[in-house]
Amino acid sequence: MSLLQTAASDYRQPAATVAALRENAQALDRDRQRENGQLLRLSLPALAIVVILMVAPIGWLFSLSFVGADGGFSFENYTRIVTDGAYVSIFATTFQVAAVVTVLCLLLGYPVAYVLTILPDRFAQALMLAVLVPFWTSLLVRTYAWLVLLQRRGVVNDTLSMLGLIERPLPLVHNMAGVTIGMVHIMLPFLIMPLYASMKAIDGNLMRAAANLGSSPVHAFFRVFLPLSLPGLIAGAVMVFVMCLGFYITPALLGGGKVQMIAQRIEQSVSLFPTWGPAAALAVVLLVLTGGFLLLSWLIVRRFSRGE
Amino acid sequence: MESHVTHKQRLWLYILTALILLFLVVPTLIVVPMSFSSANSLAFPPPGWSLRWYQNFFEQDKWLTAALVSLRTAFGTMIVATTVGTAAAYSLHVGKFALRGTIYATLAAPLAIPAILLAIGLFFVYASAGLLNTTAGLIIAHTLVAIPFVLITMTAGFKSYDMSQEMVARSLGANRLTAFLTVTLPQVKFSLISAALLAFIVSFDEVVVSVFVSGGDVSTLTKVMFQTLRDDIDPTIAAVSTLMLVIATVPPLVLQLAANRKRES
Repeated sequence: MSLLQTAASDYRQPAATVAALRENAQALDRDRQRENGQLLRLSLPALAIVVILMVAPIGWLFSLSFVGADGGFSFENYTRIVTDGAYVSIFATTFQVAAVVTVLCLLLGYPVAYVLTILPDRFAQALMLAVLVPFWTSLLVRTYAWLVLLQRRGVVNDTLSMLGLIERPLPLVHNMAGVTIGMVHIMLPFLIMPLYASMKAIDGNLMRAAANLGSSPVHAFFRVFLPLSLPGLIAGAVMVFVMCLGFYITPALLGGGKVQMIAQRIEQSVSLFPTWGPAAALAVVLLVLTGGFLLLSWLIVRRFSRGE
Repeated sequence: MESHVTHKQRLWLYILTALILLFLVVPTLIVVPMSFSSANSLAFPPPGWSLRWYQNFFEQDKWLTAALVSLRTAFGTMIVATTVGTAAAYSLHVGKFALRGTIYATLAAPLAIPAILLAIGLFFVYASAGLLNTTAGLIIAHTLVAIPFVLITMTAGFKSYDMSQEMVARSLGANRLTAFLTVTLPQVKFSLISAALLAFIVSFDEVVVSVFVSGGDVSTLTKVMFQTLRDDIDPTIAAVSTLMLVIATVPPLVLQLAANRKRES
């Protein structure tokens, strides 16, 4: 009996149909549950890959980080990070590089995103290609390009000395400068794209209203546009900072062994120590830092968007 | 967005932007002219032109084998990641079960976790499972890295599609699979192509995980490049870089143009 017929007969046989309706509802419920069960199964292959290859090994690293050199439970892997000068300087370098790269990305990315916002869509889309092409290009290819450009007799040094700006070639690669330049180049699109998206969402009438009320363009920018673009700016900046913390390839190639960051140390620890404890502890710290900063940015952005 | 400031007053801003965009593009594209240089040194502009670095690439087993490994892995990853990722995106979009949010977050997590952590985790699992230096191992590892990209792209695709069309097909007698394949899939095909392309490129360009889990005869192109770059800056790498650049940028650009045209028509 269909639901409609049951309902229609309701007037004549109330008691029987309530039971029938309930039975019907239960059948629908069972059906829905079965369907949800079937649907859930569709996500299991992907889930299995992520759980077996990511979640489980991270859990295992976490437990290994508490195993000392003698095989027993100990905090020595963590105390080493805090007390050993070598580790402390690796963390200092990592944070320094991440902070400098983030600030440079902000300074370079903000004007680009702003100009893309004020230009007509057709131009903006064409210019966006200049952001997308590097974004799509392998980081290894770009690191190689910088290695060539920045070397002693590379294009940058040649140009500078041709212009008479320098007498001797500047040491631009295999040091902190090289790592910073290479990383800014890689991270800049990651800042410009979310920032552009959030600027695009700002109502242009607000700036016109500010001008109408007698505000100068500069004043209007700082009082109206900049505050409204802050959530996108913060989200982008934190993303850049967090991604920098885990960088491995670029510092390894452009740093020439002189710039040691956490990821390189993890890689070395795996081959350096007979046990996995030291590498595992570093991995856990890196993971906690990454998660912590991402959570922080999420909270800040949420607060901003709620404040509106 | 228009405003009350004239373009002339903003000239400095436009010049600054142009310089920053040049900073982004020039180092990306400079490998192309460099790869056609006739010189041994990496002088720029090149003193003359030749194809010797390409010849070098195609004549050396080391490069050719690695290129084939990378292409095979990228194709494999594209198929596996697009399939499992699309299935997961569909299940999480249509299903109404508990834990949906948790499952989505778990599947997207590989994007947020530093590659070095994924790499050492995979290295450990593979060492005990005997999957180190195998193509199958590489494909599964890259699938892990590519799943978030497929998931996010396909979820966006499903969200912009009216699911009731599939319901109509099913109420007319199609089973779920037929309805999905003949009604839903053709309408989200654009997202599907983007997702597949992303999976391919993510795998093709992946370095850190590949450095850890590939080796010997199944080293990826990126691993061989990384190892070579540690020792010296052989101009052959400029040729390799140009080939990688073409493989990774041309398909998405074509897709972007196709999408723009579609939106305009």
